[in-house]
Amino acid sequence: MKKMHLASWLFALGFTLLLSAPALAADTIKLGVAGPHSGDLAAYGIPTKDAAEMVAAEINAKGGVLGRKVELLIQDDQCKPEIAANVATKLVSQEVDVVVGHVCSGATKAALGIYKDAKVIVMSPSATNPPLTKGGEYPNFYRTIAADDDQGKLAATFATEKLGAKKIAVIHDKGDYGKGFADFAKQFVEQGGKAKVVMYEGITPGAMDYSAVVQKIRKEGADAVIFGGYHPEASKLIAQMKKKRVDIPFIGPDGVKGVGFLEIARKDAEGVYATGPMDVSKYEANRKARTAYQKAHGSEPGTFFDQGYAAVQALLHAIEVAGSTDYEALTKALRSSYVETTVGRIKFDQKGDAEGVGFAVYQVRNGEFVEVK
Amino acid sequence: MDYFLELFLSGLTRGSIYALIALGYTMVYGIIQLINFAHGEVYMIGAFVALVVAGALTIYGFTGVSILLLAALVAAIYAAAYGYTLERIAYRPLRGAPRLSPLISAIGMSIFLQNYVLLAQTPDFLPFPALIPDFDFMEPVAHIMGSAELVILLVTALTMVVLTVLIKYTRIGKAMRATQQDMTMARLVGINVDRVISVTFVIGSVLAAIGGVLVGSYIGQINFAIGFMAGVKAFTAAVLGGIGNIPGAVLGGLVLGLTEAFAAGYISSAYEDVFAFGLLVLILILRPTGILGKAVRQKV
Repeated sequence: MKKMHLASWLFALGFTLLLSAPALAADTIKLGVAGPHSGDLAAYGIPTKDAAEMVAAEINAKGGVLGRKVELLIQDDQCKPEIAANVATKLVSQEVDVVVGHVCSGATKAALGIYKDAKVIVMSPSATNPPLTKGGEYPNFYRTIAADDDQGKLAATFATEKLGAKKIAVIHDKGDYGKGFADFAKQFVEQGGKAKVVMYEGITPGAMDYSAVVQKIRKEGADAVIFGGYHPEASKLIAQMKKKRVDIPFIGPDGVKGVGFLEIARKDAEGVYATGPMDVSKYEANRKARTAYQKAHGSEPGTFFDQGYAAVQALLHAIEVAGSTDYEALTKALRSSYVETTVGRIKFDQKGDAEGVGFAVYQVRNGEFVEVK
Repeated sequence: MDYFLELFLSGLTRGSIYALIALGYTMVYGIIQLINFAHGEVYMIGAFVALVVAGALTIYGFTGVSILLLAALVAAIYAAAYGYTLERIAYRPLRGAPRLSPLISAIGMSIFLQNYVLLAQTPDFLPFPALIPDFDFMEPVAHIMGSAELVILLVTALTMVVLTVLIKYTRIGKAMRATQQDMTMARLVGINVDRVISVTFVIGSVLAAIGGVLVGSYIGQINFAIGFMAGVKAFTAAVLGGIGNIPGAVLGGLVLGLTEAFAAGYISSAYEDVFAFGLLVLILILRPTGILGKAVRQKV
């Protein structure tokens, strides 16, 4: 404990020196880091800040990018849109070159316009709201995480193409997350044209009995179920489907893919499909970054650490490739050259979504989620 | 027709569970005109106790029906103790108080018990073992009904018969009816009213615990918050059937269950609650005392 304390003090000291450095070396690469570093959502922002500090320290130790040191401008937006707009203005006025962040979709959206006007490239580790990239409104925006609709799309294509389902029942728990996933799944099933959505319905979380819904699935003759929601409802539905002899594939989102589901659904879980983030722990860069973090902090890195780390890597790599921090050159570099990161080998598509990250389908086999190839 | 039958049975099953819990509400209301909002929590505690007992028994090598019976027994005793204590500390001191005070006290107990279990146990969902032995029927029936549904229906029917006999033909039943009619007069003719009320709470809690054990093993999961939804539904059932009326509670439970199942089956499960509570409003407008309720005579 004491040791960690000392380490963080040294770190703070080093950081202060870093901040005072620009006075000496005028030409640094100014990397903005924005996200919630205080408040109730701080747990989502701090891992990215930690990641940025790690990458910057590592790069600077090697002499920086294009011979220039990386300077971090860290700003706390508390995930609040109004603060995020202030933070963006402040970073722009400090002539930031590129920004990692923001973390929450709402805050990101509020800040993006300001960066766009200033021609600053922004890369979020965690804002999954689809329109941010797909709306086409923010050509300066990129992200190292897959968007929410990708998961629904994956579930839909998996059901129709891999499983060959023709009639699909889409069920959700009426919540933002569950219904959002179900809506996207429904939309992509319909767009695919290979299968029909025969049933689209919300269930009440916490209800005692879903047998009426299960009977309806049978009556509609569905040959697959796509469910949007969390594991308690999913396991209840599956148990009742088994009991009522409705033996068709069941596909859930990442709210289902977890240990909690396996514990509750037990033997009924066998054979259930669920989409979830791709396993990134197999990448060498990921293992290295995580080990380094553990060594420095004595604990596991938090949520979005991988994505935050990858975002900083991708941005600095793009600067290296572009040979400058010029907006046009950076845009071209991000969209054309691959980079090894903690979330795999990625580059970005025209809209700003990372190619190479995303979701995979898993199936429960012998009481474990196994990736379906 | 087949589909209709499937929905009918599905409604009957969940209706039976509502009825089982509703009996506790209705008995307490019948006697002291108090809506015991902590009743749903007693149901939840019953389920938790059964989970712990079943786990322990499995370790000691018990199998099959014996686990179900022993777990239900211990859960019933535990829940009875909770029901008794609840009445002693939260309602009896407020016996003479205005009617709003015990009501608020009941809501307070409900929130207290929920948070107590949340902190003492876990906020997560826990797997509940399938205590009701799973045997298969022949195929035309198998996809409509399993052993769990059958047991739930039978237990509810049996409970209602036992309860009716208890109230009609036993000494304590007579005392309960007398207390219900007029508490002061009952006390004057030598009935120990406090004891009668305690017994009512104990019986209601036992029924709730049995409901908890059955639901737990039917749906296979419990957590600290299951009592809230069950409580609201059972309370609705009791009011629907005519609160204070025992056959009314069972009828109300079944009507509610069937309404939900048919709404889910023929319209959309998203509208299940809309129809259930819409029905409640409709019945209260047309028959303010509930389906089987009698208008209360003004005591002069």
